[in-house]
Amino acid sequence: MNKQSNVYTTIYIIVLVLVVGTALAAISLALKPRQQQNEDNDKRRQILAAVHLTPAADEVAADFEKYIVEQLVVNSKGEPIEGDAFTVNMAEQIKLPDAERQLPVFVCRMTDGSDKYILPAYGAGLWGPIWGYIAIDSDGSTIYGAYFAHEGETPGLGAEIEKPAFTDQFNQNLHLFKDGKFLPVEVVKGGVAPANGADYVNGISGGTITSKGVSTMLDNCLTPYKSYLEKLSNE
Amino acid sequence: MAEKINNKSVFFNPFSKDNPVIVQVLGICSVLAVTAKLEPAIVMGISVIAVLAFSNVIISLLRNTIPTNIRIIVQLVVVAGLVVIVNQLLKAYTYDVSKQLSVFIGLIITNCILMGRLEAFAMANKPWPSFLDGIGNGIGYTIILVIVGFFRELLGSGTLLGYQVVPQWCYDHGYVNNGLMILPPMALIVVACIIWVHRLCNKDLQED
Repeated sequence: MNKQSNVYTTIYIIVLVLVVGTALAAISLALKPRQQQNEDNDKRRQILAAVHLTPAADEVAADFEKYIVEQLVVNSKGEPIEGDAFTVNMAEQIKLPDAERQLPVFVCRMTDGSDKYILPAYGAGLWGPIWGYIAIDSDGSTIYGAYFAHEGETPGLGAEIEKPAFTDQFNQNLHLFKDGKFLPVEVVKGGVAPANGADYVNGISGGTITSKGVSTMLDNCLTPYKSYLEKLSNE
Repeated sequence: MAEKINNKSVFFNPFSKDNPVIVQVLGICSVLAVTAKLEPAIVMGISVIAVLAFSNVIISLLRNTIPTNIRIIVQLVVVAGLVVIVNQLLKAYTYDVSKQLSVFIGLIITNCILMGRLEAFAMANKPWPSFLDGIGNGIGYTIILVIVGFFRELLGSGTLLGYQVVPQWCYDHGYVNNGLMILPPMALIVVACIIWVHRLCNKDLQED
């Protein structure tokens, strides 16, 4: 058979693509449940990391059940609405106007009996998305802890936002409400306090765009929670 | 290529004399991208070894049936398929590693070493030598990645595999990590230094 003929070439490529396509589809289907489970557990791990809980990989699901006592979705007026907090797609939510957003809240009861409110955040870094979880005390203002992650920020520069050197800054008694005004925490260069009096953390030198991304993300994702947090502080 | 292929030289030549990165100058792009830290460099190296070995074998098995006109397309389909499979497996069984490598695994598809070895070797040789050639070139690539990653992480972050190796008293006495080492241009310069040293040791590689 002539291997250079058009017919042979066409049949060859069709068969090849069918074989490879079938193999990929089969593998994807077979591995999907496992991957989904990994992803969910990873999300649970990140949520718990915001309140400084770092369970071993095989205990993440159990610890999540144990500590997260309530998952709810609120709107920008602070009223609970229908929805599953765990599966809210943050990438889509952040594009909506504040009033239309579904705002997930994870309520975490610590071993000492205090409640922490964990709010997810999602934004853009330099190369791709960045996201995080901010834990807030039951006074609705004090930040208890934060967790940040990224998809592909530069190692050693923007990628440092996930390191303790950066996230530990959020443990230092930062407040979202200043004299009754709601001012999300800002990420600034070299410790220069923001003009509006908001609490701040230091950005990462060499990771300016990622640092700014974190600042924008906090502003964009925490501001809609204003009413909800106000209600918390009045309780 | 000599008529009779010596399996031993097929395997060992890519380590130094015929190294894919510093002699054939293939795969430079990923050397720049993944070597800011040592750990991703190592995992990337292992992934490339696996994909390169298997795609070499598959192409070598198919080599007599592939129509010449579309041989590059066939090679691409095989490589892309394998990379997706590797990526899926990593996601299912070693989620943390796959998260760390994120886009880099996908980038193996565009690694010139793969196309280069498939086209230059696997299309003309039997599966076993092709397998060895894949492993050998993968290791040759990994060696360079590790050397570059070692220097960039050490000088750029003061750590190795995430552990602090530059002692605190150095910083107390004014030592500063070189932020430039983390940026891609320094990878190119480190690779150039490796080529320089390598050519000094191998006179027969020096061009006039």
